[in-house]
Amino acid sequence: MAAKKMFGAVDASVLVTDLRRSFDDGVTRGYEWRVTQLKQLLIICDNHEPEIVAALRDDLGKPELESSVYEVSLLRNSIKLALKQLKNWMAPEKAKTSLTTFPASAEIVSEPLGVVLVISAWNYPFLLSIDPVIGAISAGNAVVLKPSELAPASSALLAKLMEQYLDSSAVRVVEGAVTETTALLEQKWDKIFYTGSSKIGRVIMAAAAKHLTPVVLELGGKSPVVVDSDTDLKVTVRRIIVGKWGCNNGQACVSPDYILTTKEYAPKVIDAMKKELETFYGKNPMESKDMSRIVNSTHFDRLSKLLDEKEVSDKIVYGGEKDRENLKIAPTILLDVPLDSLIMSEEIFGPLLPILTLNNLEECFDVIRSRPKPLAAYLFTHNKKLKERFATTVSAGGIVVNDIAVHLALHTLPFGGVGESGMGAYHGKFSFDAFSHKKAVLYRSLFGDSAVRYPPYSRGKLRLLKALVDSNIFDIFKVLLGLS
Amino acid sequence: MEGMKETVEESLREMRETFASGRTRSLKWRKAQIGAIYEMVKDNEDKICSALFQDLGKHSTEAFRDELGVVLRSATVAINSLDKWAVPKHSNLPLLFYPAKGKVISEPYGTVLVLSSWNFPISLSLDPLIGAIAAGNTVLLKSSELSPNASAFLAKTIPAYLDTKAIKVIEGGPDVATILLQHQWDKIFFTGSPKIGRIIMAAAAQHLTPVTLELGGKCPTIVDHHTISKNIKSVVKRIAGGKWGSCSGQACISVDYVLIEKSYASSLIDMLKPTIKSFFGENPKESGCLSKIATKQHVQRLSRLLNDPRVQASIVHGGSIDEEKLYVEPTILLDPPLDSEIMNEEIFGPILPIITVRDIQESIGIIKTKPKPLAIYAFTNDENLKTRILSETSSGSVTFNDVMIQYMCDALPFGGVGESGIGRYHGKYSFDCFSHEKAIMEGSLGMDLDARYPPWNNFKLTFIRLAFREAYFKLILLMLGLKR
Repeated sequence: MAAKKMFGAVDASVLVTDLRRSFDDGVTRGYEWRVTQLKQLLIICDNHEPEIVAALRDDLGKPELESSVYEVSLLRNSIKLALKQLKNWMAPEKAKTSLTTFPASAEIVSEPLGVVLVISAWNYPFLLSIDPVIGAISAGNAVVLKPSELAPASSALLAKLMEQYLDSSAVRVVEGAVTETTALLEQKWDKIFYTGSSKIGRVIMAAAAKHLTPVVLELGGKSPVVVDSDTDLKVTVRRIIVGKWGCNNGQACVSPDYILTTKEYAPKVIDAMKKELETFYGKNPMESKDMSRIVNSTHFDRLSKLLDEKEVSDKIVYGGEKDRENLKIAPTILLDVPLDSLIMSEEIFGPLLPILTLNNLEECFDVIRSRPKPLAAYLFTHNKKLKERFATTVSAGGIVVNDIAVHLALHTLPFGGVGESGMGAYHGKFSFDAFSHKKAVLYRSLFGDSAVRYPPYSRGKLRLLKALVDSNIFDIFKVLLGLS
Repeated sequence: MEGMKETVEESLREMRETFASGRTRSLKWRKAQIGAIYEMVKDNEDKICSALFQDLGKHSTEAFRDELGVVLRSATVAINSLDKWAVPKHSNLPLLFYPAKGKVISEPYGTVLVLSSWNFPISLSLDPLIGAIAAGNTVLLKSSELSPNASAFLAKTIPAYLDTKAIKVIEGGPDVATILLQHQWDKIFFTGSPKIGRIIMAAAAQHLTPVTLELGGKCPTIVDHHTISKNIKSVVKRIAGGKWGSCSGQACISVDYVLIEKSYASSLIDMLKPTIKSFFGENPKESGCLSKIATKQHVQRLSRLLNDPRVQASIVHGGSIDEEKLYVEPTILLDPPLDSEIMNEEIFGPILPIITVRDIQESIGIIKTKPKPLAIYAFTNDENLKTRILSETSSGSVTFNDVMIQYMCDALPFGGVGESGIGRYHGKYSFDCFSHEKAIMEGSLGMDLDARYPPWNNFKLTFIRLAFREAYFKLILLMLGLKR
């Protein structure tokens, strides 16, 4: 194993220069190169799943099923889609021309941005590293990936596998923490793709501003779940549970953060949740192997503090057990914590689920609107009008009705935030577009020049111009024939 | 400034309140507002032309062609297309998710800020305004203090035509902009220089505000004499129009410099000279068809560019300057040094460097040494050269055999890349520019699969793996117990 050396400003500069040379030489532009790289990524998924699962278990205590499904399978699908669609994606798109630009033809050509930086997160270290890289490579860019140091086994495995399988003249991994990230951010990139917190998102965008580098920021927020009494409670509760504790134990950007329901319905919801939680995780959830652990002691202490706050600790109605040594916190449900408590002021990112009760379900709109826009907002109901109203009036990255998080797997829907939860989107063709510049191309003929365009200006020219602008054939003819 | 701070805060508060009321969501309201912009321009043609003449010496035909006509057309297109643009886009979901439905709806960001520029003060204010309103936002427009008459017109007249609680205008310079940028906006749209673009983006980063930056660069014009000699007259006219015919070269998409093979340079110059005369007569200063330079400072800047002795030596036509009258003569340079200032910053004035190369193919190399411009123009019928230009250079757009006219094609996105900008607009792209594309997924509460839920076991793992691979037949076998 190579010794790790400090990666500083000079290294970052050399790295970018190298990659830029590769890009300028045209290494990454061809269809064949892109396909080869994507196929190599597929081989990584096919041949190294056990190592990936093991690294995720080390870093996060992630159950095999979650690793296999939410990281490897999703990636495999993403790669296969790109392989299947790449020719289509790369093809120019015809655009319509108008009378004012006649005769002409126009198209929009997708071209790579150049050398791009992907900064990934610790909670889904393989998915959130490779999925954006798939987009970057499909679009023909050279790419540097910086995985999160908070998932060290995954970071090391990513570095090793990518060096082994991909073209290192154009695809590199830089491991490290703040020092390395800062060094990277000082360089000029053609795009930066960041997954992480809103706080660091600001830092990334400010660094990007120095070079006018466009960014995609996949951030987070408190994703609310509104539960209507007109729903199938068992299914609702099962989906919330697996969407929360079954997805990295609540440590996911689209995790159900808190529930909103009526005072009347809440007890039923709590009872149903308790029952299903026991079915899924047994009487002793701390022993269950089907949940990730808390990633590290910093986050454990953070979550602990949320639970221990006065006026919050007495609102626990289920769970609450903590085990610092093993970094475990039991699935915990709280009822009616104060709106200004810490647990209701920051993204929880853990196995705690507050339930807030309302007199009337209508009030959920004000509660949600009074907070920063989340990455996802969920609603469980049969009521068509409520679904319509929710979809149109709640602003969030994405809205899911009657399920949790599953929209992540859909390559036909753009995945991204708005406001505090982020900017830009990806998945499927949106990934390709995120890493492309859409260049407008206009082909004009040298014939057919209109004196109208040029000085000296006159009233007649003005009249013709006006007619052209209105695209009014009759007026144009009238003017040309001198009848106007 | 205290008064200004309060005005800004009060305006923001009112616009946010208006947005929250839902009034701007109605397509009827949006069309009415855009219709009012149309009426405002039509009713006040003379006033607007007069303001533009006072600010920039723009002839009314130029004013109509480049500003009023653009706005009228933009408004018409928006009103006629809005229903179509606002329709949700339905997405196909994989069979696995049946009977779930997916769609993407465009929702307004909220309260947006448009910072306009002085060179096309009417169209660069109203065109983005139309986009912001079409998308359903409330908008604050800050017009440029360097075009005071146009700015005053907008500040006075917009409130008379539009919904003042939703659409506001503020006049002022950098100090007003600074105050505005301290606040949180849901989107910022800026037209101006890359230097200020960086400041805008850095300020936006503090609030995670998405930005569209329409900046500039040196738009090169390649003249491949070999293949277009038959139409050289048209070519020369178009280049001259693209340099001197629109705001005296002070446009982000003006022809900045020409690249031509050495042996043809003098004949090009010999044709440009009489073309200039045909446009502006013997004394362009008195022609009334050549716009003024914006301010004395801008004249001084252009003067400084010309004062470099090596640049002075390269003047083959023009060169005279009248600071009092804000006049710079249409000037042609032959081979100013590539390291001179004039060849390293956007000229933004009526000076045309002609750079000669031995072989026209070399022009691509020269273009690549400079930051990516907003547009590249190439007069050529050589398909190979066209392909090389498209694939080896990068720019906001490429136009073959014409200049500037890509602006009129609203099926083409208008925007930059790298130093020339982030984001794009015109036509539907304006609507998209000011919209958040929100993904909506609706699942079904019926059809619940046990395999989705813990406790995990091999069966469930296999099931989900197969489901993700969309291997439906194998899935069925599994469920029938015929597959292990």
